[in-house]
Amino acid sequence: MKAAPFHYARAASLHAALDALAAGPEALVISGGQSLAPLLNLRMTLCDTIVDIGGLTELQACWQTDHATLIGAGVTHAMIEDGLTPDPAHGMLRRAAGKIAYRAVRCQGTIGGSLAMADPAADWPCILLALGATAILRSALGERRVALDDLLVGVYETSLRPGEIIQALEIPNLPPQARAASAKISRKTGAFANSMVAVVLNGESSRAVLGAAGPRATILPHVSAALASGSPLDQITGLVTRDVADILPEPDPYLQSLHETNVRRALLEVFAP
Amino acid sequence: MTLVSMNVNGKTFAREIEDRTGLADFLREDCNLTATHLGCEHGVCGACSVMIDGLLARACLKFAVQCAGRDVQTLEGFETDATMGALRRAFHEEHALQCGFCTSGMLISARDLLLRQPQPTESDIRDALAGNICRCTGYSGIVRAVQLAAVRLTEIGG
Repeated sequence: MKAAPFHYARAASLHAALDALAAGPEALVISGGQSLAPLLNLRMTLCDTIVDIGGLTELQACWQTDHATLIGAGVTHAMIEDGLTPDPAHGMLRRAAGKIAYRAVRCQGTIGGSLAMADPAADWPCILLALGATAILRSALGERRVALDDLLVGVYETSLRPGEIIQALEIPNLPPQARAASAKISRKTGAFANSMVAVVLNGESSRAVLGAAGPRATILPHVSAALASGSPLDQITGLVTRDVADILPEPDPYLQSLHETNVRRALLEVFAP
Repeated sequence: MTLVSMNVNGKTFAREIEDRTGLADFLREDCNLTATHLGCEHGVCGACSVMIDGLLARACLKFAVQCAGRDVQTLEGFETDATMGALRRAFHEEHALQCGFCTSGMLISARDLLLRQPQPTESDIRDALAGNICRCTGYSGIVRAVQLAAVRLTEIGG
């Protein structure tokens, strides 16, 4: 399939992109285009204008403070995979980035694009939610900061407002004693996850998140509370069944077992000596 | 219509095209470079793999206008590339192609792997080529060919 006709505009800066969005409510933002291009080619998405923010260096800036790491929304998965960005999570971002889709997609697709797309099975929404990240959004009106839990709404749905662009992700730095792991089960290397899990063991900020099960990546409440209270591993794994069942839209023995297995793999990894 | 100019395999191509024109169609139809194959046209099969500014990409997931002013390399651009030469010879010797439709993409992806990781294991090769589909299912020969090319290139380099 070929895309339907559209008008293309390459933004020279984030500011110019925001102006273009404010002028045309039917405009879509493209960066790597690894999700948007196929949707346009399959004509599942239509638009008048595409505003290209790909390669803007101001969206690829990363920096680290004592408390947090900022990663520009235009940073590609491959840049994270290749260790070109700071990693606030003891290497979890780098390990996870190398397992997203295929190298050709990782070289083009961006972390901000993945969040804006909000695929329920995507890696970054699950991992960034577990890390307690905050999205920094920009529009012609100014800046807005939204916690990942509030940004993710449903299947391909976020709380981004018209005219807003994700500028960067702010991720709290994990202290040295904290542990983090992600786990993914796919039918084929590089395919979207059938089950996606991220677990962070970090005192009261501990979290376990499950993706590819419900309409968006979701915190496993009982498992997370048990992690936060310092419960031993065998007690925590006992809570997985109930949390997974609560997220699945309907009972399904196969999916129940698949997600439970994946959550336990990630838990085992964070508790490994 | 937009005038799009880009550098393809070291030569400048400037053409009036529709904004919606895909990079793969631009390469095949407007530049007459037909080594870039279009299989699935939605980023799954890898037959249209090319390099954009030195980074691996799928030509079906880029619009040509996005590549204006950038450097694109297709299989035709690797005529004198040592890594590609070793891969071509190994593909021939190990019977790593049958119908040949996936071969351009396989070669581009395999070269990208060998440049990043000169001594990959069999598992590394299979992972790196997971995004390139061979519907003749000749994967064993393809993996052997990449291994053989890697060994030869390492011997030369060492």
